[in-house]
Amino acid sequence: MSTLTTQDTFDVLLESAPQNFSALRTAGKELYQSAGLPVAKAEEYKFTAITKKLEKSISDFRAASPISISKNQIIESTFKGFDGYTLVFSNGKFLPELSSQIEGIEVSGLNESTGGVGTIAKAEKDAFAALNQATFNGGISIKVPKKVQVDKPILLLSFNQSNDGQVITPRFWIEVGDFAEVTFIDQSVGLVDSPYFINKVVEVKGGINSQINYYRLQHEGDQVIEVSNIETDVLADARFTSVNISLSGDMVRNNLSLNLLGSNCEGNMYGIYLLNGKTHVDNHTNVDHTIPHAESNELYKGIFDEQSRGVFNGKIFVRQDAQKTNAFQQNNNVLLSEDAIVNTKPQLEIWADDVKCSHGCTVGQLDEEALFYLQARGIDKTLAKGLLLYAFVGEVLEKIEDESFKNHVVGLIQNRLGSKF
Amino acid sequence: MLTIKNLHASIEGTPILRGINLEVKAGEVHAIMGPNGSGKSTLASVLAGREEYEVTEGEVIFQGKDLLEMAPEDRAREGVFLAFQYPVEIPGVSSTNFLRTALNQVREYRGQEPLDAVKFLSLMKEKMKLVEIDQKLLSRSLNEGFSGGEKKRNEIFQMAMLEPTLSILDETDSGLDIDALRIVSNGVNQLKSDKNATIVVTHYQRLLDYIVPDYVHVLYKGRIVKSGTKELALELEEKGYDWIKEEVDSAAV
Ligand SMILES: Nc1ncnc2c1ncn2[C@@H]1O[C@H](COP(=O)(O)OP(=O)(O)O)[C@@H](O)[C@H]1O
Ligand SMILES: [Mg+2]
Repeated sequence: MSTLTTQDTFDVLLESAPQNFSALRTAGKELYQSAGLPVAKAEEYKFTAITKKLEKSISDFRAASPISISKNQIIESTFKGFDGYTLVFSNGKFLPELSSQIEGIEVSGLNESTGGVGTIAKAEKDAFAALNQATFNGGISIKVPKKVQVDKPILLLSFNQSNDGQVITPRFWIEVGDFAEVTFIDQSVGLVDSPYFINKVVEVKGGINSQINYYRLQHEGDQVIEVSNIETDVLADARFTSVNISLSGDMVRNNLSLNLLGSNCEGNMYGIYLLNGKTHVDNHTNVDHTIPHAESNELYKGIFDEQSRGVFNGKIFVRQDAQKTNAFQQNNNVLLSEDAIVNTKPQLEIWADDVKCSHGCTVGQLDEEALFYLQARGIDKTLAKGLLLYAFVGEVLEKIEDESFKNHVVGLIQNRLGSKF
Repeated sequence: MLTIKNLHASIEGTPILRGINLEVKAGEVHAIMGPNGSGKSTLASVLAGREEYEVTEGEVIFQGKDLLEMAPEDRAREGVFLAFQYPVEIPGVSSTNFLRTALNQVREYRGQEPLDAVKFLSLMKEKMKLVEIDQKLLSRSLNEGFSGGEKKRNEIFQMAMLEPTLSILDETDSGLDIDALRIVSNGVNQLKSDKNATIVVTHYQRLLDYIVPDYVHVLYKGRIVKSGTKELALELEEKGYDWIKEEVDSAAV
């Protein structure tokens, strides 16, 4: 069977896994092996044939070794106007000597004294999360102590390079104390345009009344295959906001899970996918309302050109005890070509009776009436299209609070809309 | 300025315009009237370049150039302006940003320097007075949540900003109360000169008390079946369209 072949191949990765965290890794390995990689049409990976893709594109299932990174590369890869701290990674390994010192914050490579690893992003939920738990290489622990307000954003700058189609397994453990505030910008830089597989896990343990922004920009080469599991616990009175921008890649699967665990907390999930070529991006989100009086907001907007493909699956789970829940979800998509495809699905499971919940998914074309209106006022057709599409995603861009990052993303998007669309 | 010769147009294979002839000279105001569904908006849309309509026969010459050959944006840049019967709401695009982009694209085409923010704002202020439009409206998304009257006023405001040579107003009067109608007409009249021309499309005579036409044409079943002066509009007001329909329909049998 073809799936077994891949599993055999990942065995090489499993066998050569680092020695630390042995109990955790063993548990991860067992869960991975019992789950196996998603078979064709597996419900959770129905539209994203990840196993087949890996078999076809990844030639060497060993871990990609870290490569040396120069100060210059860091400067060049940091977007214009960024004012903050930078933590640097090479093929998943944290490079403290090239990273900023952040006063009052504990940053270190992942080690067994970190505690909690694997308790938030649960390996039993997803085969790739389990595989990561068994094989992660390096990794980082970031702890923001209680009441600390980190004055500037923290850029998590990952350099990836693998010439031989290997595997990169990053793992971030982020702990934010009660009343603490912090903004992360997670950005990967592909140093070569070749196929490699990133299997990433990010665990965020938020404190009571903490405020966390997690912004992410996926803009690597068009041969990159990536699966990520980002999961967070949101406690009482806390707010967690994710903004995920996907602009390229071969096949990308993002699993984002918010566990709302304390009353009066707020979980926000925002995203843009702006794709062309044959890029395939699958955003699977999950918000779990476990307690009364919590709020979740979700807005994903997709623009698909050429033969690109998008998947949106938004699960809202409202448990029986979670009365007075407010849960909003919206996914809107524009197809610019006849060959582009999007599959969008809200998945609501509501067990409480006193909840406010709304959701909506749309798939459409560019509004021809609006386009004609702009042209009839003298605006060039390409520019008019760009204006309309930019307006379409603008609502999501507004959610980015860090101005420099927002400007960077706006620049990338306008560039894409102006030239490509 | 504008010569339409034997213009035929269809949509999805159905002929809508079936041989329109019209000559508009600089300084003139032409009214095009006719019952609902006679093809007035189709004519306006074909002139502005809407792509759904297929021109199957005939020609349109605007200031010596073949209008039908041009993209909609180039027609606008050449000086054709269509005030839409149903202006489109465009969420996320601010009115100001839109107008500045439009104006500068038109200026670029005409070899003029783009207007900087200061000059643009002062021009906007000046033109806003003309149609008594509220600044607040213009800081919102284009037409979004505007009332019918506000949308129509915004059309005339855009016309004032872009200073077209040929303005085509498609049912700009419908849905307006008398005050708004007076304001809008006043704006149009102030923009009139001996260098530009206006085509007023309407099916009510009322507007023509305010914007006085030099010629009135009646469009019916895709053809101009009667032309006259402003008295024709009054006659239509009094007698309705039935007598014209009868005349045309019996002649056709
Ligand atoms: N987009 C369209 N698709 C199909 N038929 C249309 C369309 N637009 C107009 N028509 C038809 O063309 C005819 C003329 O319409 P229109 O030009 O809007 O008339 P008027 O503006 O005089 O009321 C009508 O019979 C109408 O149904
Ligand atoms: Mg009409």
